[in-house]
Amino acid sequence: MNTTLRIRRFNPEQKTPAPFFQEYNLELEASDSVLDGLIKVRETLDDSLALRCSCRGAICGSCGMRINGHAALACKTKIISATKDSQTIHVEPMNNMPVIKDLITDMSPFWEKIRQIQPWLQPSTPIPEAEHVAPAEAMNHLSGVMTCIMCGVCVSDCTVLEVDSKFVGPAALAKAYRFVADPRDDATTRRLTALNEPGGMWDCTRCMECIQVCPKGVGPMDRIMSLRAKGIDEQLPSTTGSRHAEVFTDIIKNKGILDEPMLAVRTFGFRNVRRLIGMIPIAIQSFRHKKIAPSGPLHRAIPGIDQIKRLFKRASVENHTFRNK
Amino acid sequence: MTTVHTYDVLVIGAGLAGMRSAIAAHEHGATVAVLTKVHPVRSHSNAAQGGINAALTDRGDKWEDHAFETVKGSDYLGDQDAVEILAQEAGNDIIALEHMGVIFNRNDEGRLGTRRFGGQKRARTFFVSDFTGQAMLHVLFEQILQANIPIYEEWFVTSIIKDDDGKCAGVVAFEIRTGRFALFKAKAVILAAGGLGRVYEPSTNALICTGDGMALAYRAGAPLMDMEMVQYHPTTLKGKGLLISEAARGEGAYLLNSDGERFMERYAPNMMELASRDVVSRAEQLEINEGRGVNGCVFLDCRHLGKAFINDRLRQINEEAKTFANIDLAEEPIPIRPGMHYQMGGIKTDVDGRCWDIQLHWKGVPGLFAAGETACVSLHGGNRLGANSLLDTVVFGRRAGKCAADYVKTVNAINVSEALVDIDHDLVTSILRRPSHEDTIAKIRLEMGQIMNRHLSVFREQEGMTNAQQVIHTLKHRWNTVGITDKGHVFNTGLVNTLELGFMLDCAETIIMGALTRKESRGAHFRTDYLDRNDDNWLKHILLYHSTNGAPDVDYLPVRITQWQPQPRVY
Repeated sequence: MNTTLRIRRFNPEQKTPAPFFQEYNLELEASDSVLDGLIKVRETLDDSLALRCSCRGAICGSCGMRINGHAALACKTKIISATKDSQTIHVEPMNNMPVIKDLITDMSPFWEKIRQIQPWLQPSTPIPEAEHVAPAEAMNHLSGVMTCIMCGVCVSDCTVLEVDSKFVGPAALAKAYRFVADPRDDATTRRLTALNEPGGMWDCTRCMECIQVCPKGVGPMDRIMSLRAKGIDEQLPSTTGSRHAEVFTDIIKNKGILDEPMLAVRTFGFRNVRRLIGMIPIAIQSFRHKKIAPSGPLHRAIPGIDQIKRLFKRASVENHTFRNK
Repeated sequence: MTTVHTYDVLVIGAGLAGMRSAIAAHEHGATVAVLTKVHPVRSHSNAAQGGINAALTDRGDKWEDHAFETVKGSDYLGDQDAVEILAQEAGNDIIALEHMGVIFNRNDEGRLGTRRFGGQKRARTFFVSDFTGQAMLHVLFEQILQANIPIYEEWFVTSIIKDDDGKCAGVVAFEIRTGRFALFKAKAVILAAGGLGRVYEPSTNALICTGDGMALAYRAGAPLMDMEMVQYHPTTLKGKGLLISEAARGEGAYLLNSDGERFMERYAPNMMELASRDVVSRAEQLEINEGRGVNGCVFLDCRHLGKAFINDRLRQINEEAKTFANIDLAEEPIPIRPGMHYQMGGIKTDVDGRCWDIQLHWKGVPGLFAAGETACVSLHGGNRLGANSLLDTVVFGRRAGKCAADYVKTVNAINVSEALVDIDHDLVTSILRRPSHEDTIAKIRLEMGQIMNRHLSVFREQEGMTNAQQVIHTLKHRWNTVGITDKGHVFNTGLVNTLELGFMLDCAETIIMGALTRKESRGAHFRTDYLDRNDDNWLKHILLYHSTNGAPDVDYLPVRITQWQPQPRVY
């Protein structure tokens, strides 16, 4: 099928380097991948196009790039799915990292963050002579995270990193979870304490973007949520994030509907006057647009609150059983 | 001013063999750095899906059985002293990997679980679902980070340098991101640069597998051994040749021809689909050649394994089948065919990774080491067993690292001229100066790959191989004048591909030379003009040395036999 690849290019060695778009028109099979297309461009139309690629089978993680606005592995993205809306496919380098040339980004900030979480097993001593005995289930569970190939796709599309480069990011947090959830690792408290700091696990806004784009089904955000649950279990010093989660749960459990002003007050703390005053304009606006329910004593439990309470009870029993497994 | 870096041990390549050897050298007190043309976790060790073999003697397995099956698999070309080391040390290396953090599959008791693999009667393959290589690679990378071993990431080696005594003295390399050259002085260099799959088209191998290590060593004067032994994997996808792991057959999948017959019954009545790879690939190719295939393929059938089982143990492969062949393994048989997969041959080393002989029976380069697919110990001989390649990387990577660390204590400081950098710098400059015209590196590589796949594949004969030899000769001439459009220094992938193509053409030449020389059929090397194995004349290794005037120089080494005399090979 006739396809146009519209590629964002950048050559740092030009006199006045600036990104520009270049279009390549070529014949591709519907079942080809975008990477096949890019390789065809490089081999038949323009051998100056720079990109990283290697395995062609979604295991090496080299060819992360943005395709039609979202990060993906070029080798795993089919021409047929990338041309659903238009026969022109937009190809750009990944976001949230500097571009070196054409589709090649500088991933050193990415690796720096991986390094930050101390990504190696820290087992308790003495180390057994044979292998560690570990539940098959736990190892299988970990294999769902170990499938991460560090392609950077989740980091590219992370909406928090877009505004806060200090955030450790979805890939590093998923990697951290891989150790926290490993029954052989003995550094859980230390790891969670570090992740409890600003820039850590509480800075995710749960936009789900990383889950959407991850080519390996790692589900980084789910892992971040699991880390938070473990952090709460460990009774780490509370943070705005953890208080928000706890107060949120508490309000729903007792009222069945969110009391947002109370959520803010209890999350930030009654004494955090400056922060609370800052919230007032938002509260007034939301109230005017009927976005929030009445607060405090005016906030009534919804009918059928008993059923909600029962749900909570059941969830906590199941959760308890699951965690003890 | 030339930038100079100095280390005791420099490791080229950061796949499993490279990182394992770097860790070993570091643990034995050497200063080590790793230099790699891609980030470590991008290495091709990722692609090893099925598992890693080991006979754990505390669970009733015998290392002798593993060794014998490896020897038999090699069609008696493997050196038995090396195979014995591999089988004896495997258990400890598996446990060491587990201690480093590899999340090996567990059985119900929480101990390490196994699956069956080809060429072996017992289940002794340890695994992580079907991404064992990736799971190991990432863990070794973690260990490199923990040990704080410096990594020169995205650096490209252009040559190995030697001092006045002919000892290895380091390498010349450039940083791909900037194009800047540097001299790396090292008392020992460990080549762990992987295989040469891209010499063929198609191949299961990643685009980075361009035989760099083998060509670098060869040009530096080290011999390449048994280069004719190129493995065709029985289950690869049509088109780009992506791999479907042997784990599928290990877990019970069938091979069917167009009549729906389990044809392996006729070729290997005992081992069936789990006969060694050369046997299965030949059987498939015969079925296809005799008209019992469909569109050049036979079928791999997993349906009877069931959806749940496939999701649990063959998840990645099923994902791959869905993405790249649009087939759900639980619902349909998938068309597959033999495809180029692995180089059994490589840089000749002893059992400690040395590319020279301390007893001086053969000529090599002191100070140069090799491990992994780049190397040829020889373990795999004429045919490698599935799940022995990962084992090879960790056992012989570790041994090479330790031996290199010991060796550097005996060597004085390196003394070489910094001007050595200029030779390679000038080569790059001349490549960049060439005008780009009609001919391209892509065309040359494709022609090379196709001719190799036509004449140096499952079945071979004199005329075809001679033809291939002439074609490669012409392509080498074309390589000398081919130009690229990009004249820049920053991430010039065209330049990198040009240099890689040069390496591959050298490799292709040695494969053909080895195959023309070996006038018998053994393991993966099957000649329709010499149908039988000939132990009287050919129970020996073929060594190839680089010569400045034309064809490689040929030499021979006897196969080392300890306890298993050659027998007819029946599966």
